[in-house]
Amino acid sequence: MPSLCLDPPAPSRLDRLDQRWRPGLEELLAAGMAAGADLVEIFVERNDQLSVLAEQERITSVSPVMGCGAGIRVFKGNCDGFAATNDLSGPALMTALEQALGMLGLCRNTSASGWQGLAALRDYGSGKEQWLKVCPTVPDSAERLREATAALERHGRHLQARQASYARDWQEVLVAASDGTFARDLRLHQTTGLTLLAADGDHRATISRRDGRADDPHFLAGWPVEDVAVSACRSAGTMLYADVVKAGDYPVVLANRFGGVIFHEACGHLLETTQVERGSTPFADNIGQTIAHPAVTAIDEGLSSNSFGSMAMDDEGMAPQRTVLIQDGVLQRFLSDRAGEMRTGHPRTGSGRRQNHGFPAASRMRNTFIAPGPHKPEELVGSIDHGLYCKQMGGGSVGPTGQFNFAVEEAYWIENGCLREDKPVKGATLIGDAVTVLPRISMCADDNALAAGFCGSVSGSVYVTVGQPHIKVDRITVGGR
Amino acid sequence: MTEDASRMGIATWDLGITCGNDTSVQVDRGEPKQRKARQSTAAMVRVWNGEGLVGITSTNDLSSPGLTSALAGAQQASAFGDAQSPPRLSPQARDPLTPLHQPRRPTLPMQTLLERLLDAERQVLNSHPAISTVPYNGLAQARRERLYINSAGALRRQSTTSATLWLYPRAEEAGRKPRSAGAVRLATGVDALDLEGCIAEATERTISHLDYAPIDTGVYTVCFSPEAFLDLLWAFGSMVNAQAVLDGVSLSQRSSLGTQVASPLLTVADDARHPGHVAAPEFDGEGTPTRRLPLIEGGRLRHFLHSEGTARAFADGSVATGHANLGAKVTLSPQWLDVEGQRGDSSLSCESGSGVVLIDSLSALHAGVKASQGSFSLPFDGWLLSGGERRSIEAATVAGDIRSTLQHIVACEGNPQCTPSGRSPHVWVEGLTITGEA
Repeated sequence: MPSLCLDPPAPSRLDRLDQRWRPGLEELLAAGMAAGADLVEIFVERNDQLSVLAEQERITSVSPVMGCGAGIRVFKGNCDGFAATNDLSGPALMTALEQALGMLGLCRNTSASGWQGLAALRDYGSGKEQWLKVCPTVPDSAERLREATAALERHGRHLQARQASYARDWQEVLVAASDGTFARDLRLHQTTGLTLLAADGDHRATISRRDGRADDPHFLAGWPVEDVAVSACRSAGTMLYADVVKAGDYPVVLANRFGGVIFHEACGHLLETTQVERGSTPFADNIGQTIAHPAVTAIDEGLSSNSFGSMAMDDEGMAPQRTVLIQDGVLQRFLSDRAGEMRTGHPRTGSGRRQNHGFPAASRMRNTFIAPGPHKPEELVGSIDHGLYCKQMGGGSVGPTGQFNFAVEEAYWIENGCLREDKPVKGATLIGDAVTVLPRISMCADDNALAAGFCGSVSGSVYVTVGQPHIKVDRITVGGR
Repeated sequence: MTEDASRMGIATWDLGITCGNDTSVQVDRGEPKQRKARQSTAAMVRVWNGEGLVGITSTNDLSSPGLTSALAGAQQASAFGDAQSPPRLSPQARDPLTPLHQPRRPTLPMQTLLERLLDAERQVLNSHPAISTVPYNGLAQARRERLYINSAGALRRQSTTSATLWLYPRAEEAGRKPRSAGAVRLATGVDALDLEGCIAEATERTISHLDYAPIDTGVYTVCFSPEAFLDLLWAFGSMVNAQAVLDGVSLSQRSSLGTQVASPLLTVADDARHPGHVAAPEFDGEGTPTRRLPLIEGGRLRHFLHSEGTARAFADGSVATGHANLGAKVTLSPQWLDVEGQRGDSSLSCESGSGVVLIDSLSALHAGVKASQGSFSLPFDGWLLSGGERRSIEAATVAGDIRSTLQHIVACEGNPQCTPSGRSPHVWVEGLTITGEA
């Protein structure tokens, strides 16, 4: 048995992930290839997270989390084996490799693999080394959160509970694969949130606002606390006494920013090769065919500066791309990762993503949005006699048959082409399926805007952006009472 | 740990550790697809400083330097602890513990898992010509070790094993929409899993949705399956959560104890130690022993879930109930809900109902439930009953208010059935709005 170069000294959680890992990783990769693997990939990470919560005037939670680990994936034919460990010592990594090999019936042996070794390190992390140090301290973030809950108190009425939160996720990753891939990156994601509960007798309204940004250590300092608090309190004041929406089928206008969750849930997931592999997307054989209204052009990309779903490289070491999914209603591409390319033939798009080392990467969305159209938002509203304006969206999901749903947090009736801000409604859930709804997105406005979010799927929870201009859906089922 | 704490001048601390070894397999139309193994560790350290304020740090590095680093981090974080309601060590963390004596099953080779899952998939695929794939499937097994220790001498340790099988077939007939349903089984080990039951249930459920029709929007009497009713109760768990009461985000208040919050037909307990609870915890995150706790009896609210801190804050004789999760702010959650209902209106029956809706499973609870408001609007899979005959509903949502829903329970049918999240009979509720997709 060849001995591992990693030991001694064993790397610790505090060690930087860089060139020093090359010999050890090459040894692991060579061992995997010698055992008969088609491809071996190693993902190493360490992270440093912090979350702070303010409730009313108090800081009630300060929660630092430190972690490290590695995931080793072995491909053979159309199958893969994946083993993950928290232990970054040489022996532990070799054990994980052997475990992954064993899953495919492969054994480590002493024969030479003839493998050529890793390419030069592509270091996307250079220039980012100071990010963690200049991120807000606990006292800084605590102060900011207290400002936020105080702003809620100033601007709100009938407030029963006020919360403000801040979370920081710093991650260093190193990806090495037997195709020569050797890449490192540093990532920083920060989020802020405001939540309030207004109550007056039997009337209750919960309003939340969330924002997030990637790779910007000064994000919290630039958080427009006052504006966000005013917006949340205004919504609470409106929704506190809102009627529950009457169920039915309506034309709807979905606001920009987080309205994009409809495309994310209704269509985006169905354009990931994980769904093609499963046979659970209706669009598997529709490349080049019209699947949406000609007004719809949809894009997924990982390039926009500081967007929540952006990244210098994906979790398989590939630089991200701008991927046009739908052009004028015609399906162009699927989002693909390494396994997706191997199993479906769709070329990789830099979309291989995972929550952490405990998950193998899968094809996932990044910043996904519908492109702006020629209309003004007022034209969309003006085209509807009786319908619904969905101003703030909640979360949603899509099932294995493409049936999607998402919650509407704040909505207003549209009557005779006019937005009735004096007629707010709550409790709406929009349901449908992509095949039916995509052709009904008939108008897109010119005010595209993005919003940060989280997406949970096969490879865990990842940071994403959803977005769109105001759009009109000619008819959709609105669940209510 | 003790030496490090002493050296750093830390007199009071506690530590929770979880270690896991998980393996799982997934198959795709007769071929192995993915095999996964994961070794994981997680530790959370709490430290009380000289002013009694608490700081925490979490780490997955269980080496001596890793834990020392976490201890130091927690000590630093304690400077920002909440002065108004700092937690304390649970006085029950050293109480005698009644072991659950759950069997610990051996970990089976991955090849065995694959063979069993391939066989299960084959049986499902062969069950009906419309079923061509089982897109969501898996067979997983896990070993867990939990440890809780504190500076007052508490030492809790528990080992469990568990296994899970899930099968979600997709069926499609020409000119019709694809349909899917599924089944899950949980047991202490792969050999103890009810594979045949899972296969049969996944198959029958999926086939039962092939013949579907839209439903008219309207107000219906609804029968929740045990899984669906338990999902709803879990989603509104803040109603019985003392921390949520203190935070002002619960639908309940301290004065709600003893009041009629549901139909007299409904009785709910939380019972972490129920024999049907696979891998049940013997103690919670604070080291407090778990126990059976009556929550609602005959429709009246009897108890809240309590941590050490909430019990002290209530100052009404409450004690920690074994539902706490360790954290900078201790949170509470149910362990395993046990619903026992009285029969009520005996004319209501899944076998003979007409014009009523049977909800098999609810979706999107994370988005469609407003726990602090009490409202829900949720997509579901289910059937419209006509003379006892079931016809699948094409697509629909059910909406209501949980307080009204609980008050309008009109019958509980059948013996309680065990599910991964608890035990419940079928529960009938009148006056819920169903929206059908046109």
